[in-house]
Formats: sequence, structure tokens, C-alpha cells
Amino acid sequence: MNKGYTLVAALAWRNLWRNPRRTTVILFAIVLGAWAMIVMAAYARGMSKQVFDNAIDNLTGHIQIHAPGYLEDPVIDYAFDSAQTTLKTALSDPEIAQFSPRVRVPAVVASERESQGVTLLGIDPVTEAKMSFLRKSIVAGNFFVSARDPGVIIGKKLAERLETALGRRVVIMTQDAHSKIADRGFRVVGIFDAMMDAQETGFAFISLGAARQMLNLENRVSEIAIKLHDPAHTDATLERLKLQLPALDVRAWYKLDMLAKLFQDTWEGSTFVWHLIVFLAMGFGIVNTILMAVFERTREFGLFQALGLKPGFILLQVWLEALLLLIIGLAIGNLVAWLSVLATGDGIDVSAFGQGLEMAKLSKVIPFVLTARDLLIANAVVLILGLLTCLYPAWRAARLVPAHAITRI
Amino acid sequence: MGATFRLAWRNLWRNPRRTALTMCAIAFGAVLLIFSIGLQLGQYDMMIGSNVRIYQGLLQIQHLGYLTDPKIRSSIPNILALTQQVRDRTGLKNISARANGFALVSSAKRTYATAVVGVESAHEQRVSTLPGLVKQGRFFSADNANEVVIGAALAKNLQVALGDELTLLGSARDGAVAAAVLPVVGIFESGNVDLDRSMIQIPIATFQDVFDMEGHGHSIVIFEEDFKKAALFKSQVIQALGTQAELVVLTWDQLQPGLKEMIDLDYSAGWFMYIVLVAIITFSILNTFLMSVLERTREFGIMLALGYKPFNIGRLVMLEALILTLFALAIGIAIGVAINAYFYHYGLTFQGMEEMAKIYNLPASIKPQMSVNAILSGPALILAFTSIAALYPAMRIRLLSPVEAMRKI
Repeated sequence: MNKGYTLVAALAWRNLWRNPRRTTVILFAIVLGAWAMIVMAAYARGMSKQVFDNAIDNLTGHIQIHAPGYLEDPVIDYAFDSAQTTLKTALSDPEIAQFSPRVRVPAVVASERESQGVTLLGIDPVTEAKMSFLRKSIVAGNFFVSARDPGVIIGKKLAERLETALGRRVVIMTQDAHSKIADRGFRVVGIFDAMMDAQETGFAFISLGAARQMLNLENRVSEIAIKLHDPAHTDATLERLKLQLPALDVRAWYKLDMLAKLFQDTWEGSTFVWHLIVFLAMGFGIVNTILMAVFERTREFGLFQALGLKPGFILLQVWLEALLLLIIGLAIGNLVAWLSVLATGDGIDVSAFGQGLEMAKLSKVIPFVLTARDLLIANAVVLILGLLTCLYPAWRAARLVPAHAITRI
Repeated sequence: MGATFRLAWRNLWRNPRRTALTMCAIAFGAVLLIFSIGLQLGQYDMMIGSNVRIYQGLLQIQHLGYLTDPKIRSSIPNILALTQQVRDRTGLKNISARANGFALVSSAKRTYATAVVGVESAHEQRVSTLPGLVKQGRFFSADNANEVVIGAALAKNLQVALGDELTLLGSARDGAVAAAVLPVVGIFESGNVDLDRSMIQIPIATFQDVFDMEGHGHSIVIFEEDFKKAALFKSQVIQALGTQAELVVLTWDQLQPGLKEMIDLDYSAGWFMYIVLVAIITFSILNTFLMSVLERTREFGIMLALGYKPFNIGRLVMLEALILTLFALAIGIAIGVAINAYFYHYGLTFQGMEEMAKIYNLPASIKPQMSVNAILSGPALILAFTSIAALYPAMRIRLLSPVEAMRKI
């Protein structure tokens, strides 16, 4: 019996190459399809990863802790004590790689000539350096040297808008913990160049010590941003923190930056739809080709059956032929896709679409990210659906009546 | 010609299953492209439309350089008279002047920094939907009324209700302090929290008084429903303005380059996918074209022997492919248009769309665009590709020698 299968396999292989041109043409379709599926999946994954990274880097972190009510009404009234023991215990969770306390309030920055509304952030220079984009984006001046640094760091665009520069003074106005207007002069010690204009114009950074002093906050902060060792453990860590901190509002990044989450979900969904569409496009061709291969061998199949070969074997043989075709196509397709992803290096440069990227939360270079899961899904879609659709020609071949088939030309 | 056409038609139906499958592949491609392109263009229309409608307008007249660097001093002198002049000379009705400033806005309990916009009380509702979105109270009674209208989110943050007074503190055009105390007469609610928090509106004459504008303003907003005619309206407006070297007329895509670029990026990615898809479909059906020629080698040999020119046979083969493609495209277009017409009528919603719609200020359902371009550009692409594919088998006929061809089975 074993020998029978080997024979069927050998037959399938040889039959595949009886008409090399036809096989090559359909292989092209499969290769192109597999390539398109994998490359698009890698592109979508790259965008998705980028949106995620940007969201995390853009002051969001993986998890944030606030006082209840702060997110709906982000003012100084909703601050919490960052020195409380329950919080300290909760933040010693082994999953947490880094956390950074912040004061975050609306404020006005005014130079001699212009004024602008911003979000004022009081940050701890040591923890924040490992947390967000700020430290690595400073292009002039320097980062805060101590937790009580008296300077301010602003974005390049904001500096232009305020007609101010490094070393000059600006006045920051905001409401303090006693609902009084607090204003104080700060020297610009650093200028940062962020990926997005909104980051450059929307924020002003001062040290946590200066912020607490200016706003009469003592030990309180507005938020604590948390970075994890492994983003995949976000939900589990979130649950633990929630249990330990029932009096605080603990949220994951996808609840803080819903747009980023939405983009991710949309791409995930549309990649799968794309796979199905591509498969349908090549499916017609595959079925047609196998069907042709079956019909031109009607006589042969009739003869096989007349000689005693079971219909099951004929079905298997045609099916195996399809399987071989799909596997060869997929193998080349995967290889070509892998090579083209390699060839793009860091990704494709889409900086021509500058400000559009910002709206879509993307950077100027979109990387291609190949993941095992995406590869598996693309290949599985082609293989499973391909074999299912090829059941039809295989079944047609097996159903031939020998007497009729032999007499046909 | 009649005979060739009949011959081609009959040849096509010699193998009805194969022809039907091939036609299915083409029709499927056409339906898919019509649907996707229609949806894509419809989505863009919607994004542009809502952006233009809610606040920005289709065109804006601004001082040169104001767009990139919105300073209170880059202003348009005598703005109300100029607005009336543009209204009179162009005959366009939906034109309104605005002035933009910035202030610290305080209620009894809270202080926020926001943009302050001075608007023409009688004309603002012609260029923006915000006046119509005033859910509590009313819009302004006169251009010099001491009144303020604010967004619902800001009202909540400032903890004010109708009738409460707001104190504005900002810097005037000449750098002096601008201050005013105004009662809230209306609260608008657009559904977009960011927009509802981003600005307060006051009547334009009041604005000019408070900010010491001396009759100046910052933009003249022009709205027309048909944004495809933006260039036409622009030239009308430029003519109406006369020679005003320091003023520029900007269209929606210049006012918000990000939106245009995001659309361009999405459209390019879309066309990349369409081309790949059509290429896959083409490879899928190339086999059909090829086989239908190869299996008729003998027949062609006889035709050649009877004196048919290779050119004539080639034309026959091309005609077959063309008839098949056009027939399939016609079916595809009919189905595609029917699907799009259905969704045009009933609107299309998908998961996650409502959240996305809120963030971007869009209606919660998409209508596919029903234009000649949206419907025919997909099928045109398919026709172009399949024509190239049909060329190859037709060319092969030139290689046939009658004697050898006739011997073939």
C-alpha cells in the first residue's frame, strides 16, 4: 500500500511538469499572491508597531496611574500622594521596568512677544530619561541636571512661535493647588526636536521639584507613567496594580490613547481581509489550471480506473498535484517576500507625506516587520483554501466513468 | 469583421466552464475594485467635507505667513469692509470674517488657556456648523455684544453654566494687556472633546475692542459645499480682492496639508494593492488565454494552410480575449455599481468606525463615491492588464508553421 502512495506522489510530481509553461504561469500568480500577502502583512505590522511605539514613547507608557477624575478634567485638583506606602509597594512589581512620576497641568507659556497654551509637565529627570522621547530628542542645550533644576525645556516649534531661544527667559502661568494663579520665570535650558509637531508645540517641561514648589504640591503628583519589561504582560500587571491601588485610576495605554488602539485593530482586521481577497484573485486561476489539467487527461484517468486504480487514488493524485503546486509557489513567494523585506532595510521612506503621517500617528519611515504569526497566517490561508478549492477538480477527475472516459479523445 | 467576431464568440463558448471561471475572476476583480475605490474616495470626501464644514471653511483669506506662524500681528486691516467687498464682488454668500487671539480664561473656580475667536454674529453660521451645535443657550445677538460662547468640554472643565461670567486675560495686538469679563450665553457641543475644549468664541467687534485690533482681523472664511471647485472659487476670490500683495487665498488642502497628505498616502497604498491584485488576476487568467491557443494549434495550422494570415489569427485571439474581458467587466461593473448604490443609499458602518468618527469629527457611516472616476478606474486597470496578457498568446501564432502545426494533436 505504501508503494501505492509513492507512486501517486511520483505521478503527481511528473504531471505537474507535463506542461511546464502552464505550471510556470500559475506559479507566478501564486508567488505574486504570497508575496503580496506577506509584504502587506509586514507593512501593516510595521505601521501597527510604530503607532504603538510612538504612543508609548509619547509620554503614555504602558500603564498610567492617576487620581480618579483627572483624565476627564486634567487639572491640579486631582493630584495624589506619590510617597504613600501602598503605591510604593505596588510599584515594586517585578514586571515594572521603569516608572516616572509627573505633574501635568494646563498652563500658559509667555515670552516677551507671544504667549501659547501648553501642557506643563513637571518631571523627574532620572526616571523620565528612560521613559519617554524627551531625553533623546534634545537638540540644543541640555536635559535637567537635578530634580530641582530651575530651567524649562521646550520644543523647537514652540520656541519659534514664542520668538524665544536657548538661554532666554519665559514666564509660565498656571493655577496652583490653592486655585490661585501661579506664575514664575524660567530660563530655557533645552530645546527638543520631536517627531511630531504637536509634541513640539503642545508641551513645556520643568523639573518635578520646581513644579511642586511652584504649585504648592508637596509630595503630590498628577500621574505616574509605567513602562514594563514585556508589553505583552500589560493586562496582567494592570490587574495586579488595580487590586493594590483601589483608590487610584489605573489604566493601560489602549485606554489612554484610544486612537492608537483603533488603528492597530483596523490594520489587524484589514490584513486578514486582504489575505482573503488575494486568495480569491488567485483561486480562480488555480482551479482553472487544475481543471484544465484534469480534462485533458480524461482518457488517462479512464484508463487508470479501467486498470483497477480506485477513484480515491485519482482524487489523491490530483489533490497532491495541487498541493505540490501550492507548496512550490508558497516557498518561492515566502523567499521573495523575505528578500524584499530585507531589501527595504529600515523601511520605506514616506516623508513625502509629512503632515499626513502625523495625523495617522506614523513616523517618516515605516518599517516592514515580519512576524512568524503573520507568515503562518498568510501561508495557512493559501494552503487551506487552496486545497479546499482544488477538491472540486480532484473530485471531477475521480468521478469519471471509465467506459466513457476511455472513448473520449 | 462580422465573421471574425462570430468566430471569436463561438470559440469563447467551446469550453463554457473555463470561460465562465475566467469571467468570474475578472468580474470579481472589477466588483472588488469598484467597491474599494468607491469606498476609499467616499471616505476622503467625507473627511474633507466634515473638516471643511465644521470650522475651517473651503477657502480662507489670510495675511501672508499667518498660516505657518499665527501671530496676532499678522492681521488683515479693515477686515469687515474687505469681507463685504468680497461678498459683493464674488456674489458668494457664505463668507465670514474671524479674528484669533489667545487668553487665559477664568471662571470663579478654574483657569484655562484657550484660543479666543472673534466671529461675525450674522455670518458665522454660513461658514461653520458650530453655531448650529449650540445645545444650550444661543449664539450671539450682535457683533458688539458682550457675550461668549464656549464648548461643552471646556464649560465642564471651567465649571461654568449659562449666565456665569468668564474673565479673559490675554495680550492685545500692540502687546498691552487685553482683559474682559463676559457672560456665557451659549454652549456648543460638537461631539469632539478636543474641539469643544480648544476655543471660545466672542463677537468680532467685541474681540477687536478687547484685543485692541483697530479694525483688523485674521481670516476671511469662505464656505462652499462643492470642494472640488475650490480652485474656481479661489480665482473668483482673488479677483474680488484686487491687488493686495500681503494677502493670500488658501484652499482647504493648504489650510490643512496634513489631511491632504494623509489622504494621498492612503490612496497610494491603495493603488499599490490594486495593481498587485490585478496582476495576480492577470496571471490567473493568462493560462486560460494561453491554453485556448495551444489546444487549437492544429486548427490554426489548417487555417494558415487555407491562407489565413498569422495577423488575422492573432486578431481573432485578441478579439476573443477582449470580448471575454469586456463581457466580464460589464457584469462586474453592474454588480459593483449595484453594491455601491445600495451603500450610497443606506450608508456603510463597520466596527470601530463610531469611535474613529468621533475623534475625526465624521459622520458614523460612509457613502461610497458614485463618480465616473470611482466606477471606471478599477475596470480600466483590469482591461489594460488583460490586454497585455492577451498579446502574448496572439504573438505566439506568428511562430507557427502550418505543416508542423497540422501534425500536432
